[in-house]
Amino acid sequence: MCLAVPGQVLEITERDGTRVAQVDFGGVTKEVCLEYVPDLQVGEYTIVHVGFALQRLDEQSALETLEIFRQMGELDAEFGDHWGRAAEQAGLPRPDAAQAEREARADREGEAL
Amino acid sequence: MKYLDEFQDPALAARLLDDIRATVTKPWAMMEVCGGQTHSIIRHGLDQLLPDGIELIHGPGCPVCVTPLEVIDKALEIAARPEVIFCSFGDMLRVPGSDKDLFRVKSAGGDVRVVYSPLDALELARENPDRQVVFFGIGFETTAPPNAMTVYQAKKLGLDNFSLLVSHVRVPPAIEAIMTSPVCRVQAFLAAGHVCTVMGTGEYPALAERFGVPIVVTGFEPLDILEGIRRTVHQLEEGRHEVENAYPRAVSPEGNPVAIRMLEDVFEVVDRAWRGIGMIPQSGWRLSERYREYDAEERFRVGDIHTQESSVCRSGEVLQGLIKPHECSAFGTLCTPRNPLGATMVSSEGACAAYYLYRRMQLPAAGDAREVSSVG
Amino acid sequence: MAEPLTLTGSAPSFEGWTCPLPLRDSPTIVMGHGGGGAMSGELVEHVFLPSFADASLAQLADSAVLDVGGSRLAFSTDSFVVRPLFFPGGSIGDLAVNGTVNDLAMSGARALFLSAAFILEEGTDVTRVGAVAQRMGEAAARAGVRIVTGDTKVVESGHGDGVYVNTAGIGIVPAGVDIRPDRAEPGDVVIVSGDIGVHGVAVMSVREGLEFGTEVVSDCQPLGDLVAAMLAVTRDLHVLRDPTRGGVATSLNEIARASGVGISLDERSLPVPEVVANACAFLGLDPLQVANEGKLLAFVPRARADEVLAAMRAHPAGAGATIIGECVESHPGMVSARTGFGASRVVDLPIGEQLPRIC
Repeated sequence: MCLAVPGQVLEITERDGTRVAQVDFGGVTKEVCLEYVPDLQVGEYTIVHVGFALQRLDEQSALETLEIFRQMGELDAEFGDHWGRAAEQAGLPRPDAAQAEREARADREGEAL
Repeated sequence: MKYLDEFQDPALAARLLDDIRATVTKPWAMMEVCGGQTHSIIRHGLDQLLPDGIELIHGPGCPVCVTPLEVIDKALEIAARPEVIFCSFGDMLRVPGSDKDLFRVKSAGGDVRVVYSPLDALELARENPDRQVVFFGIGFETTAPPNAMTVYQAKKLGLDNFSLLVSHVRVPPAIEAIMTSPVCRVQAFLAAGHVCTVMGTGEYPALAERFGVPIVVTGFEPLDILEGIRRTVHQLEEGRHEVENAYPRAVSPEGNPVAIRMLEDVFEVVDRAWRGIGMIPQSGWRLSERYREYDAEERFRVGDIHTQESSVCRSGEVLQGLIKPHECSAFGTLCTPRNPLGATMVSSEGACAAYYLYRRMQLPAAGDAREVSSVG
Repeated sequence: MAEPLTLTGSAPSFEGWTCPLPLRDSPTIVMGHGGGGAMSGELVEHVFLPSFADASLAQLADSAVLDVGGSRLAFSTDSFVVRPLFFPGGSIGDLAVNGTVNDLAMSGARALFLSAAFILEEGTDVTRVGAVAQRMGEAAARAGVRIVTGDTKVVESGHGDGVYVNTAGIGIVPAGVDIRPDRAEPGDVVIVSGDIGVHGVAVMSVREGLEFGTEVVSDCQPLGDLVAAMLAVTRDLHVLRDPTRGGVATSLNEIARASGVGISLDERSLPVPEVVANACAFLGLDPLQVANEGKLLAFVPRARADEVLAAMRAHPAGAGATIIGECVESHPGMVSARTGFGASRVVDLPIGEQLPRIC
């Protein structure tokens, strides 16, 4: 459910006492209600569903996630196959990107889940 | 589109798949709750790329599919009234009621209009003071805040010609219902990313604990889904059952407090029947006392509705992940997107429609049956 | 003005009329029947074809090719009901001329003459009608076609959408040219003449209830010249189709079925402009199912494909031409696409109208 896409806030105005914005989705612009993300600023990105901004899109987080994906598989390259094979032979889990990512996550603010 | 296209990169997808393959040692069955995720998986063929042992069970996260038949029939009745302008999201137009759909009502002269946003319906109400504008308010927690705001605005503006036909459903009770079913095979959940954008992740730790299942909040683009699966596989292999957030760019643990407050004001939790599944306690929302005057069911006092589901349709079993669409004998033969028996074949993200639209060449016999007239 | 058609006897009786396969759940016409997808096809196949019982018609090509006094005439008609009447990059007038010119071009014919019939709603601003007519005249001049006959009717207010236009056209098919929807063969290369999804997005952007801002303008244009340039390379083009309502998906499915071949696409080679892709993502639509204008699909024997492609790219109307797939023996009648991830999916016709979704 919930087709919601990220767009960039171009301009913020008011209509009938409601905060609205022109949001750009890469060449497609639409007026979006900002009442649910009251501190959203021009230039920021937001997730939009049926004409409403639901949340600020955390750009830093997006870039970090992509970086984690890019680094996946590079640990294998760094350590070489022999490492992973040795681990397998010892019946141990392979050292992998998931481990690195868990460590990276632990460094960031703990996710209060 | 920025922050969307990057999450469709096939090279990065390959890395995620490599990690999944390198990690999995035994078969696992996980359920993606959200229909939008089902759509994305089938559309991009992601399930074809996963190692054989990983099974994706498609969950009931399609609000179009689970809107009770009775509510559809009420919608059809209201839409047929001459004073009404009936507004709806496009998804609902072809959902079959007991004997017709909104398209048919439109062709018979009903004023049925597709809108992009509930605010469009509000605008219509302001522009047409002599007509009653009704908005078909369906959806999960993602769509509830937009619908809530619309009713809130209607009240603020003192509009007396706007009402909402409500059929909102909530995800956590659905997870509970699935896990307490005696035939449940689900070992983990990919939670619905945009639902959590609104509601946060607070409702899930108790479920993860109680049922011993990993719950990974997952987005919708191919990389998001593969990452959700990847983290789930790691948890399963390691015997963990935690709540993880694999969609941090759009989901924070507390969700959107402003939206949550609005929901608490405008709606109240009720028991709700899910089409094809049955009654799930505390799984729906209706307008709260303060806003009850905007409830279309109350305003229009729709009469006794006698619903008639197709006896052949097995939507409910599909929605609960008990069977795959092509295992239904009507799939592709009696039941196609052109002539759907149930809602799962209509909605763009119903599992049956997804399989039919994208997959029927690879499915066993039932799916290959050629229709007499035209495909589709 | 032609004599009104006289029916023998009294009003027609439908009691004896049996539909060979009744429209399953649709006793009345619904909007989906006009969408160009599966429902439209069903209406033609089960309501019109049985009554008209004509071999040329049954081919369901964009235009009919008829032997008349030693020449081969292409003959086509199309009605235009677009709303709004004026949209970014075009108007109902441009569509009315180019639509029929292009249908004729899809048989390899250069359009010679058009008729233009109007159904006008009482109360419509005369200047709007004038603007439509002006655009038609300009489009006709650009396409090198003459509008030589026409008709005008007025209906009561509330029964039309301001202006409805029908055009019919004739042209001559050059000798040695046999372009038909059933001529595609395994091995044929599928070429599209340029970007897809453009017209549909342009029109949707100004449709009530949906309006969004965008720079996308309709790609409506005549294709007679482009086809002539392609025919100059080889007369042996197998199929041409302009993918209008229902998008590329509809045209490919119709041809796959008519020719009894499978069609295999590579999603990565589909020329979808970024802004069109974004509009589709925003609305939840598949670009393959979005309407086009001023574009054509060509099924070309593999041995001539590169030359035809080069000729297309050398022409302004084909500058963005590209190969998007091929015909195969497997899955006859169906269209599949290889996704960017290496998996495969079926490409289907839309059922009826394309509607934005929330899910």
